[in-house]
Amino acid sequence: MTAPAAVLDSPLRELSYAEAIRDALAIALAEDERVVLMGEDIGVYGGAFQVSGDLVHRFGEERVIDTPISELGGAGMAVGAALTGLRPIYEFQFSDFATLAMEQIVNQAAKLRFMLGGAVSVPLVMRFPAGSGTGAAAQHSQSLEAWFGHVPGLKVVQAATPYDAKGLLLAALDDPDPVMLFEHKLLYKTKGPVPEGRYTVPIGKAEVCRTGSNVTIVATAIMVHRALEAAEVLAQEGIDAEVIDLRTVRPMDRETVVASVAKTSRLVVAYEGVRTLGIGAEVSASIVESEAFDYLDAPIVRLGGAEAPIPYNPELEKAAVPQVADILSAVRGVVRGTR
Amino acid sequence: MSISSETERCGAQAPAPGRKGSGGSARPASRRAGKTSAGNEPFAVRHYSPEVLREALRKMLLIRRFEEGAEDSYMRGLIHGTMHLSIGQEASAVGACLELTDQDKITSTHRGHGHCIAKGADVGRMFAEFFGKESGYCRGRGGSMHIADVDKGNLGANGIVGGGIPIAVGAALSAKRLKTGTVVTSFFGDGAVNEGSFHESLNMAAIWKLPVIFICENNHYGMSTSVERSTAVRQVSDRAAAYSMPGVTVDGNDLSAVAEACHGAIERARAGEGPSLIESVTYRWRGHSKSDRNRYRSKDEIDAWIARDPIRRFAGLLSEHGILSEEGFARMETEVAEQIAAAIAFAKESPDPDTAALTRDVYTTQTESVG
Repeated sequence: MTAPAAVLDSPLRELSYAEAIRDALAIALAEDERVVLMGEDIGVYGGAFQVSGDLVHRFGEERVIDTPISELGGAGMAVGAALTGLRPIYEFQFSDFATLAMEQIVNQAAKLRFMLGGAVSVPLVMRFPAGSGTGAAAQHSQSLEAWFGHVPGLKVVQAATPYDAKGLLLAALDDPDPVMLFEHKLLYKTKGPVPEGRYTVPIGKAEVCRTGSNVTIVATAIMVHRALEAAEVLAQEGIDAEVIDLRTVRPMDRETVVASVAKTSRLVVAYEGVRTLGIGAEVSASIVESEAFDYLDAPIVRLGGAEAPIPYNPELEKAAVPQVADILSAVRGVVRGTR
Repeated sequence: MSISSETERCGAQAPAPGRKGSGGSARPASRRAGKTSAGNEPFAVRHYSPEVLREALRKMLLIRRFEEGAEDSYMRGLIHGTMHLSIGQEASAVGACLELTDQDKITSTHRGHGHCIAKGADVGRMFAEFFGKESGYCRGRGGSMHIADVDKGNLGANGIVGGGIPIAVGAALSAKRLKTGTVVTSFFGDGAVNEGSFHESLNMAAIWKLPVIFICENNHYGMSTSVERSTAVRQVSDRAAAYSMPGVTVDGNDLSAVAEACHGAIERARAGEGPSLIESVTYRWRGHSKSDRNRYRSKDEIDAWIARDPIRRFAGLLSEHGILSEEGFARMETEVAEQIAAAIAFAKESPDPDTAALTRDVYTTQTESVG
């Protein structure tokens, strides 16, 4: 953490994840005239998930810009603004709608610096409300972060707590390159301590949320909470699980994961994106390509989203992504060899 | 090339084939573009100094010789990949950039060599880029399709049709918010007007009155597919009406007509009155890219457009108005030829990039070696 002492000494308020992001946005808008927010219905409506809230009233329509429903054009405008002196923060209403803007994100934002031989930077922040659990079905519930993680030039971040949501957003704004922030929609109303004022959480650094000795659970976003919940149950059973919040998908903090598995000898990876060709495969590869491979006492287990679109029916929807019970079962399997 | 043999007159001749008149909501000044009656001096002659006009001709010639040099270098195996030549379209690029400063931005296209030179790029560094050299504008990482010159305001060519248009809108948003007083000119081809990015961008620029000049260089074909076969409106400038901005169609082979339309649009943009759409009707003499076998157009059609050579026309205009002598033109030809030869020599002699620096500039701060 790179919070100054004054911030750490400030009273810790309980803020929701959405409020913590808004707090970061307000700090950014207040301290830097170049910062502008762009997105659909982020003005008087306050954003589809009430993240921007009242910011338009505090900073005006010139800086909290309601765009037309034009994801490709809006994303491209954000790229152009970032290239020429502004610090845009572009909100996709749902991460799924980024499919309409992939051209600008993947071909332009990610590659411009490289293609131009370093002549430019694209200091762009994009926010993506992601994930399932809201009953919004297949086109409003995806977890596409691994897509973006596959693109050199982008940084991809997933905060699990209000504290990290604020600190990572401010770190993203300080970053000279495009940073994609994936925010799980079910986390927006979760609360946690958030200091007042500016602090940053480093991009590219995982956090060990719970130390343990028997198994490592690497998780992202909402899976961090499910893994921590599972760890408490497992502790009752005599299984001491270490939980790592990956926090950044790209660049991935392989060192923290490798060090943990070298200690625990077992690995379960829990993430909401589709299981195949995803974050789990990459985390697993970090282990099998490292010295930690020699320490493995059990096969690695990847717990990811089902090989299906997210369904509408609530029970089907739950079944489509890892739940606490799935984590429990997977951990028991790798620890006791009953899988 | 000789200017004394010039017979085709700039100004009163018929507009480009298949295109007539001007866009529905054009401003009066732009409406007359390319239709100046014989008694009136063309806009360029009235509006610019002889030095500016001679420099405009020199830049057109430089673009032509640069692209011929690039084509020759390609044939000799000095250039890797492909390229898209704009030979025949020089008046459009130079006319559109004539009043832009180095602070004004442009976004360009895959057919962007002319825009790059018109905006002031050094042809040595351009050849070096095409040859994949470290001294190139993109350190050999971009090539022809990503040529850029950020110091001169060129935010880059683009490999994606319509890719630069929303970026131009963003640059215009920066200009407005940061009160730089600058404008952004976005070049794109006729193929781009059927991309969503075109429509989304024009709409956003119009609702926020952003200082953008949208220039559709209509060279009649998106690769092989003609405008008639791909585009529902009779002329691209008609689409301006859908976004409540002025739209005008000009003879893109007439530098004066392009400059006049752009002059009005730039003034409007600088005054905070918003964007304009200019359709610059022109023609590429060469194929779409190096793989083109010209199956979709006839030799007669190509020859008819070669007869409308924008450089000969503009040189003729300058001669007619006593702005450039035969000797002056010959000297210009020689100087440009020498400049191109020196540029190619510079590029050939430049070092290749170090393969160990492959991941350089993927990120601004190189904090990672792998994903």
